[in-house]
Amino acid sequence: MIRLLLVACFGLGLATLGPGVAHAEGEAVVGTLKTSKSGPIDGVKVTVETPDGKEIGTAETDADGKWSVDVPGPGQYVVTINSDDLPDGISLSGSDSRTVTVEPGRRQPVSIGLEDGSRGSGGGNVRAVQLLVDGLRFGLLIAMCAVGLSLIFGTTGLTNFAHGELVTIGAVAAWYINVQGGVPLIPAALLAMVVGAAAGALNELGLWRPLRRRGTGLIAALVVSIGLSLLLRYLIQIVYGGFSNPYAQYQSQRAVDYGLFTLTNRALVSIIISVVVLVLVALMLQRTKMGKAMRAVADNRDLAASSGIDVNRVILVVWMMGGALAALGGVLLGLSDQVQWDMGFRLLLLMFAGVTLGGLGTAYGALVGSLVVGVFVQTSTLVIPDDVKYVGGLLLLIVILVIRPQGILGSRARIG
Amino acid sequence: MADLIDAFAVALKAALGFQAIFFALLAIGINVQFGYTGLLNFGQIAFAMVGGFGIAISVTQWGLNFWVGVLIGLLAAVVLALLLGLPTLRLRADYLAIVTIATAEGLRLLFRSVSATPVTGGTRGLASFNSQFFALAPWATSGRYSVLGTTWSGAQLWVATVGWVLVALASLLVWALVRSPWGRVVKSIREDEDAVRALGKNVYLYKMQALVLGGVIGAIGGMVYAVGTGSAIPDQYQNANTFLAYAALILGGAARVLGPVVGAMVVLFILQFADTALRTLISNGVIPEGLLTATDVAQIRFVLVGLGLMLLLVFRPQGILGDRREVMLDAR
Repeated sequence: MIRLLLVACFGLGLATLGPGVAHAEGEAVVGTLKTSKSGPIDGVKVTVETPDGKEIGTAETDADGKWSVDVPGPGQYVVTINSDDLPDGISLSGSDSRTVTVEPGRRQPVSIGLEDGSRGSGGGNVRAVQLLVDGLRFGLLIAMCAVGLSLIFGTTGLTNFAHGELVTIGAVAAWYINVQGGVPLIPAALLAMVVGAAAGALNELGLWRPLRRRGTGLIAALVVSIGLSLLLRYLIQIVYGGFSNPYAQYQSQRAVDYGLFTLTNRALVSIIISVVVLVLVALMLQRTKMGKAMRAVADNRDLAASSGIDVNRVILVVWMMGGALAALGGVLLGLSDQVQWDMGFRLLLLMFAGVTLGGLGTAYGALVGSLVVGVFVQTSTLVIPDDVKYVGGLLLLIVILVIRPQGILGSRARIG
Repeated sequence: MADLIDAFAVALKAALGFQAIFFALLAIGINVQFGYTGLLNFGQIAFAMVGGFGIAISVTQWGLNFWVGVLIGLLAAVVLALLLGLPTLRLRADYLAIVTIATAEGLRLLFRSVSATPVTGGTRGLASFNSQFFALAPWATSGRYSVLGTTWSGAQLWVATVGWVLVALASLLVWALVRSPWGRVVKSIREDEDAVRALGKNVYLYKMQALVLGGVIGAIGGMVYAVGTGSAIPDQYQNANTFLAYAALILGGAARVLGPVVGAMVVLFILQFADTALRTLISNGVIPEGLLTATDVAQIRFVLVGLGLMLLLVFRPQGILGDRREVMLDAR
């Protein structure tokens, strides 16, 4: 029997609750009963009690399926709906009651799961498909940012801890151009890619090339990249501020239903852009002269130099490409999660996880590894809470190092 | 001029207070790992966090004795070091770097998560676990005392006294260890791991010992910090602090017994002085509000640390006290 769990719920836009709903200051429990097939369900009786069974109040859902009950103060409350009031074909997916904790001054949303028997193959599986798609989107995004990180490591040996800041710079540049400058997001994103490429070139020309010429060791260079990361990250916080801001467009999109999963158009476009860009990068690496030179330098720098490849020029192009890709990744991340001053640094650790999983220094390894990490992080929320999902990704990194330190596509020789 | 003297006094107090002790202990631990053994531990703050929370959780949640909490914190640091070292110490240096920084960030996210709130207090953290420590103070902790032109509460003075004794003991331990055969082996590992292996030493074991020892010293630092602030909050343990300790170590001189101590005092002095001076300049209107506001000053500290770290590594990797030949670091 194909069924679908549809969650009836959420006091999301609390201020926009329908008529008849109290807006008084103070604590309340609120919610909405609806399924995608039946729409809002009205006339269902909702009872709120204290944990020891004392009734606080009752309400009936209105024409929009919304209900609200004021409670005397913060604390625990048991919310029960009368399942006999549900229309035919709609049943409870779990218990008819929930215990919630109301914080001081908060209108606590309560969700009670309903099934309308429409589609899907059981609630858990559909949620898994949804998370898989989200994970693919996230993994592609990590991959786009991480390709540069991996190629820079491959061509110069530098473990660049400041790569996350290239992501942030891209996202923040696009935000300034889009929100402050009033330019539509798509040209703003292209401009941000130019800024990212310039930032990458500046990195190489202003810092890393002179350091290579001085003969700075790789460990020293690694610590320098940490210093650069701190410097840039906190400078961005000073200039941009500590808040998270959305872009001006594509924010209030409804998720489109694709059967087994739903997706906003911006998430769909994000997936398409990532795939197209990554395929282009792969084609470039495989077919063009510059791409072949990059792989040659990553494979054996001295041999590449002696066969007439201008290594410094190749490294400069790698930096610019890495910067532009990271910037684009930053814009897409800002589109889904808003723009924040430390977004790049938080992504950096997942990039490292992806790059290590795929094999440090290989471009395709970064792609495969990042996809695995993205999917793993998202689907892990099936079993672990949402706010510790990154921890799962970092745990995965450690487990990989125990089992296969060279990564999926890496070679044994690189791990020392 | 009075402002300048004020800023100077505030900075002096910072260079002697529990924060300097915290960073000195973190840096001493890193010195054992990075300075002498060549291990890149970028997650030192995680050791401080398990140390601080070891006390906080034991006392407030489990109702144990303060000193049992100290033991639990130290034990947790040992376990963490073993967990980190087991998969990574056989691999090249940058793997340890990535894993440790990832662990530090992951642990912080875990400690501040909603699911961990019943144990760690979540984003609000835990407080009021240090009364047993202050009960031991030989003077009244509520009184105020004047030291070197700066004013201290009795409690601050007691934390600082115990803290500096701990710093001295840790430095003494490091001094004794690096003069011993053990110290010669770990320094040789830093210089040439394969040569040490060829001489029949178990490199893995020595690296692990250095990682555990450094981690335990870091955990003690975290305890001083938790007791000094009177609270243990996950977000106090941002991983930028690890790099502040690195900056202190490299400024003072890596692979020198007193390098991290001198470095921590100097770094804290500079940061606090810059902080106070900037705030004064902003409130006097010398720096216009449009350029920099008082809320931005807290971030300036890490900008300075990042800049300092880069400049030091490029131009003077041996710092104040170091020996250039000992810090020619290379990947392995």
